[in-house]
Amino acid sequence: MWHLILSLFLLSALQPGPVGSRSTCVRCHQEFDGNLGEPVQRMAQDIHAAKGLSCHHCHGGDPTLGIETGSMADAKSRARGFIGRPANRSIAALCASCHSKPEYMRTYNPQARVDQHSEYLTSVHGKKNQAGDTQAATCTSCHGAHGVLSSKNPTSPVYATNVAQTCAACHADPERMKPYGIPTNQLELYKKSVHGIALIEKRDISAPTCNDCHGNHGAVPPGVDSVANVCSQCHVSQWDQFNLSPHREAFAANGFPACATCHEHHEIAPTSDDMIGVEDPAVCITCHAEGDAGYVAAKGMKDGIVRLKTHLDAAHDLLVRAERAGMEVSRPIYSLSEGRDRLVRARVEIHRLDEAVLAKLLEEGHAIAAQADQDGQKAMDELAFRRKGLAISSGILVVMIGLLIAKIRQRKTEAAE
Amino acid sequence: MNKIRLESLGNWLEERLGWRALEELAAKKDVPQHRHSIWYYFGGMTLFLFMIQVGTGIMLLLYYRPSAENAFESVQFIVTEVEFGWLIRSVHSWSANLMVAAAFIHMFSALFLRSFRRPRELTWVSGVLLFFLALGFGFSGYLLPWNKLAFFATKVGTDIAGAVPFIGDFLLRFLRGGEEVTGATLTRFFGFHVAVLPAITTVLLALHLYLVQKHGMSVPPSVDEAEVKRMKFVPDFLLRDLVGWLAAVAVLAALAAIFPWELGEKADPFAPAPEGIKPEWYFMFMFQSLKYIPAKVAGIDGEILGILFFGVLGALLIATPFLSSEERRGRTDWLRLIGVVSIIYILVLTALGYLS
Repeated sequence: MWHLILSLFLLSALQPGPVGSRSTCVRCHQEFDGNLGEPVQRMAQDIHAAKGLSCHHCHGGDPTLGIETGSMADAKSRARGFIGRPANRSIAALCASCHSKPEYMRTYNPQARVDQHSEYLTSVHGKKNQAGDTQAATCTSCHGAHGVLSSKNPTSPVYATNVAQTCAACHADPERMKPYGIPTNQLELYKKSVHGIALIEKRDISAPTCNDCHGNHGAVPPGVDSVANVCSQCHVSQWDQFNLSPHREAFAANGFPACATCHEHHEIAPTSDDMIGVEDPAVCITCHAEGDAGYVAAKGMKDGIVRLKTHLDAAHDLLVRAERAGMEVSRPIYSLSEGRDRLVRARVEIHRLDEAVLAKLLEEGHAIAAQADQDGQKAMDELAFRRKGLAISSGILVVMIGLLIAKIRQRKTEAAE
Repeated sequence: MNKIRLESLGNWLEERLGWRALEELAAKKDVPQHRHSIWYYFGGMTLFLFMIQVGTGIMLLLYYRPSAENAFESVQFIVTEVEFGWLIRSVHSWSANLMVAAAFIHMFSALFLRSFRRPRELTWVSGVLLFFLALGFGFSGYLLPWNKLAFFATKVGTDIAGAVPFIGDFLLRFLRGGEEVTGATLTRFFGFHVAVLPAITTVLLALHLYLVQKHGMSVPPSVDEAEVKRMKFVPDFLLRDLVGWLAAVAVLAALAAIFPWELGEKADPFAPAPEGIKPEWYFMFMFQSLKYIPAKVAGIDGEILGILFFGVLGALLIATPFLSSEERRGRTDWLRLIGVVSIIYILVLTALGYLS
């Protein structure tokens, strides 16, 4: 009964391709359980099947024929191109036979990429695979073989929020990684990072995952020289500033990776002002010791940033107090956001280590905070004036009401007499 | 010397205006005194708050600019830069709400005391129409600061007007000055608020006050008219009115100083609607009722049914003097029953509107 329902479902789901009743592959494999039946079941949701492709497009053979073992009339005849299960090494080339053909891919999606295979061949995975390492990932390792979903489908293993888990299926397996001598704690570290929290916990799909830094089809571990090229794809300003700083040459001379030296790589913690300065957990004191110029500069920058932040916070608190009391201070609050902007820019400017440029930004920030302070104080003074005015006017009104009541009583008494 | 000059000026004016007739009228005018007399003060209170609206409204007009580009900024300028602009704007907003509340009380007290009986039918009709105009003032004035809440509340409000059978489409375009709430709607609402509604109100208010003077204050049928004492309008009733008005001024000043009317954020037609858009409290019971009506009732659109229901209620309210029968001992007082149920309904639905 179950097979009958499944057959009917597949018939309707996989039309008009030859996977339905006309396909010998489906007719036979749907009768199986386990590994032999699974491809048919999974193809029901496969993007290829949805586009009208079927088993023989990858596995060869002729699904319009029956099973006559050893005969040319057999659907699985080698003479009819049947290849069975493709060898691990040839999977990438098999997928590329369609996916690397622009004229073919264009018929399904004019914007489809066609460079995956050439990229894959340059990747560590691709190189090892071509060298005969069957443990190295190939297309099906990440995308699956049957039941391949669009990368835009949230349940796809290569959808942004699932990528880290997909990579970790191999990379977090100590047994599997043992021959390669690489760590297996990347997922664990990534989940604690600012990027991992944004993507996995907050479901912010603009946050980077493994492939955003390592590449996907051309996955390689970024070398010391290229780490910054990876980070700078998003953190453009920080990279520009770093290139103007004395750290650039010093890091290069000591073989330190540009960004990861201070920010780590998989476990990139959310940045904070505590990262700079000369007190734990500041990263500056990893290299600089008391007495050297870098130590003094780090202390100065930290103090400057903290002073501006404190000033902006105080001005903001004052304006919020005035706003809660009903004063209209939306313009000063908006202007104060310019001060926040200077603080953010100053934090970026840290990467340049130019005290003069930093001092100018801090000065601008303080001027904006001072103006907001003044506006906030003016609002609070106005509030006090209103309260006083209310007290005085209420007093006058109460006296007037009292006089009127006295007059009313007097007239009542006169009328009674 | 001064007294002689004043007297001759008085005579000169009397010869030309006949103003001493007013003096005679004031001397003659009196107010019945009985256990329900307290309700007489709410008419005067509504009128006093209306005069505050006119005064503060004219002052706001000096700085307000009715366009989508400038309206919000001009109100912001009024409340931050103009001397006592914050006070005028807050008093205008608070007084509007108190005026609607006073009008509600005045209308329901007239209903329960059956003040609409012959020959005061037209006093009632003009009063109810004035009440509807007050709601119109509230609806049109709410949009003028062009802030986010007002923008979306107007969108929802005019959408409801657009669902009125047969004339809905026309009404929606007429109110909005197009298909959407835009700067054209703001200009239009400004026109309604400062020209159209005040013109109609002036005529109706003059009629209402004239009729009140002509027929005098009504004595409720539950009070024996023979036993009713009379109080001089000038100065006795007026002195008591003044106490109430001064108390209203004190309340308005306190509200304006302690809870200045919020300006909010400037309207952005492309921004998503904020959560929990609510109309002004005096529309809340109708807004909430429309939410409870099912989408379809016997094949008719629920919203249309709700609008028709309130439309019929409004018409019945106007026609009350011509529909209600004389109160007689031993008979069910349907009017009182409907009035009490209406008040409970309004209070419960308004509370639900704010709690949901």
